Amino acid sequence: MAKQLSAPQVTEMLCEVAQALIGKVDVLTEADLATGDGDHGIGMRRGAEAALEALGATPDLSVQGAFKQTGMAIMSKTGGAAGAVFGTFFRGGAKAFDEVDTLTATAFRDFLGQSAAAVSKRGGVEEGAKTMVDAVAWAARRAAEADGDDLSEVLSAAERGALEGVEATKEMIATTGKARSLGERSLGHPDPGAISVSIILGAMKTYAAGQGD
Amino acid sequence: MPKAPKKILNDPRDVVTEMLDGLALANDGRVERIPGKDILIRTDLPDSKVTLLIGGGSGHEPVFHGFLGKNMGDAAACGQVFAAPSPDTIFDAAMAAHRGKGILFLYGNYAGDNMNFDIAAELLEEEEIEVRTVRVNDDVAAAPPERAHDRRGIAGDIYAIKVAGGAAEELDTLDEVERVARKAVSNLRSMGVAVSAGSIPETGKLTFELADDEIEIGMGAHGEAGIARQKLATANEVADQIMEKILADMPLQEGDEIALMLNNLGATTMMEMLIVNRRIREILDARGVAVHRTDVGTWLTVQEMAGFSVTLMKLDDELKHYLDLPARSVGLSNM
Repeated sequence: MAKQLSAPQVTEMLCEVAQALIGKVDVLTEADLATGDGDHGIGMRRGAEAALEALGATPDLSVQGAFKQTGMAIMSKTGGAAGAVFGTFFRGGAKAFDEVDTLTATAFRDFLGQSAAAVSKRGGVEEGAKTMVDAVAWAARRAAEADGDDLSEVLSAAERGALEGVEATKEMIATTGKARSLGERSLGHPDPGAISVSIILGAMKTYAAGQGD
Repeated sequence: MPKAPKKILNDPRDVVTEMLDGLALANDGRVERIPGKDILIRTDLPDSKVTLLIGGGSGHEPVFHGFLGKNMGDAAACGQVFAAPSPDTIFDAAMAAHRGKGILFLYGNYAGDNMNFDIAAELLEEEEIEVRTVRVNDDVAAAPPERAHDRRGIAGDIYAIKVAGGAAEELDTLDEVERVARKAVSNLRSMGVAVSAGSIPETGKLTFELADDEIEIGMGAHGEAGIARQKLATANEVADQIMEKILADMPLQEGDEIALMLNNLGATTMMEMLIVNRRIREILDARGVAVHRTDVGTWLTVQEMAGFSVTLMKLDDELKHYLDLPARSVGLSNM
């Protein structure tokens, strides 16, 4: 269990995040076929592969640099709505790392709070529209509640929050994106973007749990 | 689960890049691909003009990237199959096509396209290049008139590109080109019917399911829900349903003139569309609406999806002028 992570560990963690998304491509495809056109999995895989390449190509990334590289790679290679919002997720909160050399519990809480605001603004959607914004918002809330300085605990709380967000999207009627026109037919299905958020935070939690203090 | 459709491909992950190479070549020298990027651009761009940049997800060929040339788009930013292009692709396309008089972004109104083109516009602003955005939102099935800004863009894209392209060739300012493009879009109404689904080559999966005896009136190009899922009906019945919805949304009066497009989504026969066209003309005749031109063909496709859409554009002298300017491209070669 890691209380905090060094910059090289953060780069390694983000590579694990990318691998986790690549491993879930079929799950995401199936989830997206229920409410969209089924390209979310392959889109996230494109972005994740680009992130792996970018993280591998640049040595000695700072914490902020690693998050920014990941965001830029996702934004430039994923395409679609997913590229814009997931690129913004990683980049939009990276300001929180302006002053830090290591990834701390406080810095990650700030990151999630700023990311939640940034994706909401970019997508022009609030919570309740059945999008990834729901998972990010719940993750940020649960992370904020997990006070203390243990990064692993904050990441666990964030993943739990994201999963709550995924569950919450099942009860929502889509009001944006390609699922919007489904209306009540979208009920009962989770939002695939929200699932991706839970995969990202879950991989971060697992990585931190495997590291020593 | 329906089995994957038969397709003649190489590696399904390379469909977009291989398609773009083939599309550039099919323009016989009038269009080239920017090496290493998913961007097509005219080779005969004048030194000074307002730039018309179009684009969107691939897989709908010949829309968008098949409509480049004189009196059409100047460059196209192309995304993966059914996914908007990235901000980098749009930015690079804009930089390559800019000829000093600003850039009009013209594309279909989808959340992904809106976000990516907006990010690119922000990046171009930092380069002090003026960008205006016009989003095509012609699908009346997608939202009621009071939420027209939520309507998606379907085959109306093609008339919008044709009018805006002509305007960008002849008019001198971004203001004027934008004004004409907005007029075209506000005069456009479309609606479609889905008969069977198309698939995404990389997943091999159909984007939605329709029973063998079902159709969906008003369904979107990616399987977005329409206004009625119903049993298979006759050509006249389907034409009546579509036209009733379009005409209720469109202030057409006796003596008005329109352009009429029937767009094949991929796998519908020309015979079916011509039979529908016959009924549409009966409906328009009864209202005293004149048809200035008819375009029946395959322009905005969704892979092997079966179905078609009907587009009406109300015309005035200005729109008629730009719509009728001569143009040659892969997408228009049969118009």
